[in-house]
Amino acid sequence: MSIQKRTKPVFPLLETRGITKIYGELRANDSVDFSILKGEIHALLGENGAGKSTLVKILFGSLQANEGTVLWDGVPVHVKSPSEARALGIGMVFQHFSLFEALTVAENIALSFEADVKLEDVSTKASKLSEQYGLPLDPSALVGDLSVGQRQRIEIIRCLMQDPSLIILDEPTSVLTPQEADILFETLFRLRDEGRSILYISHRLEEVQRICSAATIMRHGKIVDSCDPREETAGSLASKMVGSEIGNVVRQVGAVDGEIILQLNNLSMPATHPFAVSLKDINLTARAGEIVGIAGIAGNGQGELFGAISGEDKQDDSASVVILGHEAGFLNISERRCLGAAFVPEERLGHGAVPEMVLTDNMLLARHASDDTTFKKMGSLNVIARAAITNATKRVSDIMDVRKSAENPPAGALSGGNLQKFIVGRELDRNPQLLIVNQPTWGVDAGAAAHIRQSLIDLAAEGSAIIMVSQDLDEIFEVANTIAVMADGYLTKPVAASSMTREQIGLLMAGGPKASGGVAA
Amino acid sequence: MDVWVSIIISICAASTPLLLAATGELVVERSGVLNLGVEGMMVMGAVAGFSVAQLTGNPYLGALAAIVVGALFSLIFAFLTLTLVANQVASGLALTILGLGLSGMIGESFVGRPGIKMQPIDIPILSDLPVVGKLVFGQDLLFYSSIFIVVAVAYFLFKTRAGLMLRSVGDSHSSAHALGINVIKIRYLAVMFGGACAGLAGAHLSLVYVPQWVEGMTAGRGWIALALVVFASWRPWRLLIGAYLFGAVTIAQFHAQAIGVPIPAQFLTSLPYLATIVVLVLIARNRRLTMINTPAALGQPFVPDR
Amino acid sequence: MRIELQKRQAASGVFSYLSPFLALALTLIAGAIMFSLLGKNPATALYTYFIEPLTDPWSRDQIIVKATPLALIAIGLAVCFRSGNWNIGAEGQYLIGGMIGATLPVLFHEWQSPLLLPLMMAMGMAGGALYAFIPAILKSRFGTNEILTSLMLVYIAQQIVDWVVRGPWRDPKGMGFPGTKSFNSSGILPDLFKHSDAHYGAVFAILTAVIIWFMLSKTLKGFEISVLGQSPRAGRFAGFSAKQMTVFAFLTSGALAGLAGIAEVSGSVEKLDDKLSLGYGFTAIIVAFLGRLNPLGILAAAFILALSYIGGEAAQISMGISDRATRVFQGLLLFFVLACDTLIHYRIRITSSLKGKT
Repeated sequence: MSIQKRTKPVFPLLETRGITKIYGELRANDSVDFSILKGEIHALLGENGAGKSTLVKILFGSLQANEGTVLWDGVPVHVKSPSEARALGIGMVFQHFSLFEALTVAENIALSFEADVKLEDVSTKASKLSEQYGLPLDPSALVGDLSVGQRQRIEIIRCLMQDPSLIILDEPTSVLTPQEADILFETLFRLRDEGRSILYISHRLEEVQRICSAATIMRHGKIVDSCDPREETAGSLASKMVGSEIGNVVRQVGAVDGEIILQLNNLSMPATHPFAVSLKDINLTARAGEIVGIAGIAGNGQGELFGAISGEDKQDDSASVVILGHEAGFLNISERRCLGAAFVPEERLGHGAVPEMVLTDNMLLARHASDDTTFKKMGSLNVIARAAITNATKRVSDIMDVRKSAENPPAGALSGGNLQKFIVGRELDRNPQLLIVNQPTWGVDAGAAAHIRQSLIDLAAEGSAIIMVSQDLDEIFEVANTIAVMADGYLTKPVAASSMTREQIGLLMAGGPKASGGVAA
Repeated sequence: MDVWVSIIISICAASTPLLLAATGELVVERSGVLNLGVEGMMVMGAVAGFSVAQLTGNPYLGALAAIVVGALFSLIFAFLTLTLVANQVASGLALTILGLGLSGMIGESFVGRPGIKMQPIDIPILSDLPVVGKLVFGQDLLFYSSIFIVVAVAYFLFKTRAGLMLRSVGDSHSSAHALGINVIKIRYLAVMFGGACAGLAGAHLSLVYVPQWVEGMTAGRGWIALALVVFASWRPWRLLIGAYLFGAVTIAQFHAQAIGVPIPAQFLTSLPYLATIVVLVLIARNRRLTMINTPAALGQPFVPDR
Repeated sequence: MRIELQKRQAASGVFSYLSPFLALALTLIAGAIMFSLLGKNPATALYTYFIEPLTDPWSRDQIIVKATPLALIAIGLAVCFRSGNWNIGAEGQYLIGGMIGATLPVLFHEWQSPLLLPLMMAMGMAGGALYAFIPAILKSRFGTNEILTSLMLVYIAQQIVDWVVRGPWRDPKGMGFPGTKSFNSSGILPDLFKHSDAHYGAVFAILTAVIIWFMLSKTLKGFEISVLGQSPRAGRFAGFSAKQMTVFAFLTSGALAGLAGIAEVSGSVEKLDDKLSLGYGFTAIIVAFLGRLNPLGILAAAFILALSYIGGEAAQISMGISDRATRVFQGLLLFFVLACDTLIHYRIRITSSLKGKT
C-alpha cells in the first residue's frame, strides 16, 4: 500500500484557500485555509457558532462563499449545488437529517440521485450496502416510523450509494447510544481502510481522540489550530476550542433526604399523534435538593414526559402527578406553576419563547399566572403591568449575563446560548421548588452551558428538586445526583449517579423495559 | 333508460369542473403550497374561455386561452407567496377577490350573449352504441381531459422522479433544499399547473356546462374543489370519487327542484355547500388519516439560506 | 436577475407604518395604468375616484355609511386573524346578524318601544356570533378547516336570507318585490346629523375600535391572542388554550359582523331585503390587512375602501368606467398590502444571477 504512495506526491484530497462567508456584519467564515488528506478521519472541532456548519455547507455546495477557492485533488472547483458536490465525490450526513418522513427509505435514497432510477434498483443496492457495512435497514419502511439511529443509517447509506471519496459527518453520535456509536466507528474505519476520507464534525473530544488522526479547530469563524488529537489531552483540546479555560462546575455531593417535591405514580399516556411515543407506567420521586438526570436517546418519550409533568397534556388520573403533596393530574400548566413548579422545554424558539416577540413579552409568557399580582393590574381587566415585567427582564438578564444587541430585542435575535440563559433565568427568578428542564444546554456554547449547569446546582442546593432530561451523558454525570433512563416510553428506576457507568446507561438506553429488569421478557 | 343516461351525463358535466380544479390544487398542495385562489383562477378561466370563443368562434381556442390565463393569473400568487414569502392564506384570498373583480370587468360586454358550446365528440358507430355509446364515446373533450389528468397526475406523483421530488418538497422544504432540489422552482411550476387546471375548469363552466357568461358564475365551485382535496386526503383517485359524489348531489337537487319537492328551492340550492361541510367534518374526525397524508410543509413559508 | 430576501433581526418599525401607504401608492399607479388601458384619462379617473367624493357632503355621508359595516367587520376579523383563526365567512355572519336582528320589527311590526333598538342590536350580535360559532366549534372539536366551513356558510346564509325575504317574511303589499315591511320608527337606528344618511352605526364602529384596541394592546387577553397566533405551541406552554381562543375569536368577530348587519338593516335600508349581501364581509378582509390588523388603523382603512366604492359609483356615472373597476382596485390593493408587508420582516435585494460566482 505505502509503496504506491511514496512514488506519488501526496495531494490533499480537498483544500480550501481563504474561504470567507459574510452574513450582514457577521463573518461566519473568515479566510479559512484547511485541507484533508486521502484516507484519513479528520476532525473539525469548535463550539456552537464557531463556523463549522457554514464551512461544511460551502464544501457541500448548499451555501456559496463570498471569497476563496476550493481545490479538489489539486484542481480548483466551484461547487454550486449539492448535486455538483455529489458528482465530485463528496457525500454528507447531516446533523438535522435531511429526510422526508412521509416517504419510504428507498424513495429517500432515490432522491439523492441525479438521474431517474428505478426504485427497485435503489432498494437492492441499498440492501447490499447496508449488509456490507453492517447497517441493517428496510427499504420499504416509512421514515416517520423509524428511530433516530435508523434514520442516520439512511443518511449514511444514501451517501455511500454515490461511492464518495469524502464523507462529511455532522455530529453523528449525538443521536446514538455509546454502543451504537461503537458500531458507527467500525463502519467509519472500514470506509477509511477503503481509502475514503472522512470529515468528522464533533464537540465530543473523547471520541475525536479515539478515531481521528488529524484535527482542525475553529473559533469565531477562523481556523485557530490544527493538531493530531491522539497526542493531545481532552483538556488541551477543549482550551483550544474555547480559547480559555472553562470554569468547572462546583457542587457539594451529599445524601439527599429532603421532603418529596414531585411524585409520579404509574403515569401512563397514549401517543397523541401518529409519530409520538406513549408513556408507560412511569414512577418517579424527586426530593428537595435532588437533581434527577433522565438520560435517553431523543424520541423515546422525553418530550411527552415533559408535556405530562408540565400539564401541557393533562392526565386521566389526578394522583398520577403529585406536586408538593397536591394531586395535579387534572391541573393545567398555569395551575401547576402556581403550585411552585417551573418548566424549561427543549425547543427554545416556538415553545419556550415566541421568536418574533420581545424579551419582556416572553417574560410574561411563562409567568402571567404565577406572578399574577405583579405582572397584571386593574383586577379582572388584566391590564399588563409593563414596568414590573421590564424590571424582571432586566434582573434576569443581569443575573444570567444575557448578552443582547438592544435593550429589549425579539427572542429570535438572541444567540442560542443567550436565549437559553434567559429562559432558564426566567424560571429561576421565581425560585421554584420544582424545576423540569429538557435538554438544558442543547446547542449552547460552552460558557453559557457552564453557567446554566451551575445555576441548576445552586437551585437544588437551596432545597428545590430538579428533573433534568438530557441526551448528553457528560452533562448528566456532571450535574445529577440520581440517574434514570428513558427508552420507548418507559423510565427505569433512578439509581445514584455514583454507582452508574456509561456502559450501563447505554444498555438501558437501547433495551427498554427488559434491560431495566422491571418486566419479564 | 335514456333518462338515466342523460342524468349520468349531467352528473359528469357537473363533476368535471370540480375534478379539474381539484386535481390541479392537489398537485399544488402536494408541493406544500396552499393556494386558496382557485375560485379566482377558475372564474378568470371562465371569462377567458368564453370571450376567446366569442372572438374566434372556436370553443377549443377558448379552452386553450383559459389554460394560459389560469396559469398566468396564478403567477401573481406564486410571486407573492414564493418570492416575497407573503402569507399564503391571505394571498389566495386576494387572488380570488381580484379574479372575481377582473373577470366581471372583462366579461361585462359579454353578459347575455349566447355562448358557443363545445360539442360532444362524435365517433361514428361507437357513439351510437346503446348506453355506453353516449357515456363513454359521446362526451365533450373536457370530460375526457379531466379523467386523463387524474390518471396522469396519479402516475406523475407516484411513478416518476419529478413527482417524487414534488412530494419531497411538500414534505420538508428544508430537507429538499439541503439535497439540492430547487424548491422554489418546483413550487412555481406546481402553482402554475394548478392555475392551468383551474382555468380549464372555468372554461368547462362557460363553454360546456352553462355556455354563457354570468358574473361570478363559479358560485363557490373553486372552494368546493379545495374541500375535495381535503376529502381525498391528497390522493388523486379519491378525488374522482369525491367530485362525482358532489356532482351527483348537485344534479339531485336540480331534479328535486324540477319535480317540485315541497322544500324551498333555497334549501336545495344550499345542499352542495352543506354537503361540503359535512364531508369536511367526517374527514377531520379521522385524525390519523389526515395527519399522515397532509403534506407536512403545507402553507409554511420557505426562505432558502444562501 | 433574482430577488433575494434577507431576514431582518427585528421587524422594521419604519416599514410597519410605511407599508400600507406604499401599498396605496402602488395601487394608485396600477390603477392609473388600468385606466389608460381602458382609454380614460388616468388623472381625471383617479380624481373622480379618490378626491371628488370628499368635496361633496352627500358623498361624504355615503362614505360613512359604507365605512361603518366595513370597519365593524374588519375589527372582528383582526381579532380572528391575529389569533390564527381564518374566518372568511364574515359575509354570512353579517347576513344572519341582519336577519336575526330584524326578527322583532318584522314579527311585531306595531311594537314601539325604546327597548326595541337595543334588543335588535343585541339579537343581531347574537345571531352573527351563533353563526360564527358553527365553524369555531367544528374547528375546535374536530379540527375541521375553518376557512372552508366558514366560507360555505356564506352561500348557505345567502340562501336562508333569500328564502326569508321571498317567503315567510315578505311584505304582502310589497308589489311582489322580495323584502319585509319597512320598520316603524322605533326600529330605525337614528341618523348622526339632521338630513344625513349616516347613522349611529358609525358610533358603534368607533367605540368598538377603541375597546378592541385597548384589549389587543393593553390586556393579557390581547397578549394571548398574539401568542396563539404566532406560535400555538408557545401559547400552550403559556397555559393558553388554542381551542378556547378559536371560539372566542369567532364569537367576537361573528358578533361584530352581526352588529354590522343589523346596523345596516336598521340604520340604512330600514327593512330586510334581498340586497343586503354586497360583499362587505370580503372587502373587510382587505380593510383588516390594510389597517395592519390594528383597530385604529382599520378605521382609516375602512374609510379608504368606502371611498373607493363611492368614487367608483361617481366614475361610472361621469366617466362611464365600469363599477367592476372598483373591485379590481380593491383586489390589487390587497396584493400590494401583502407584498409590501414583506419589507417589514425582510430586506429585499435584487441581484443579477451572475453574482456569487466568485
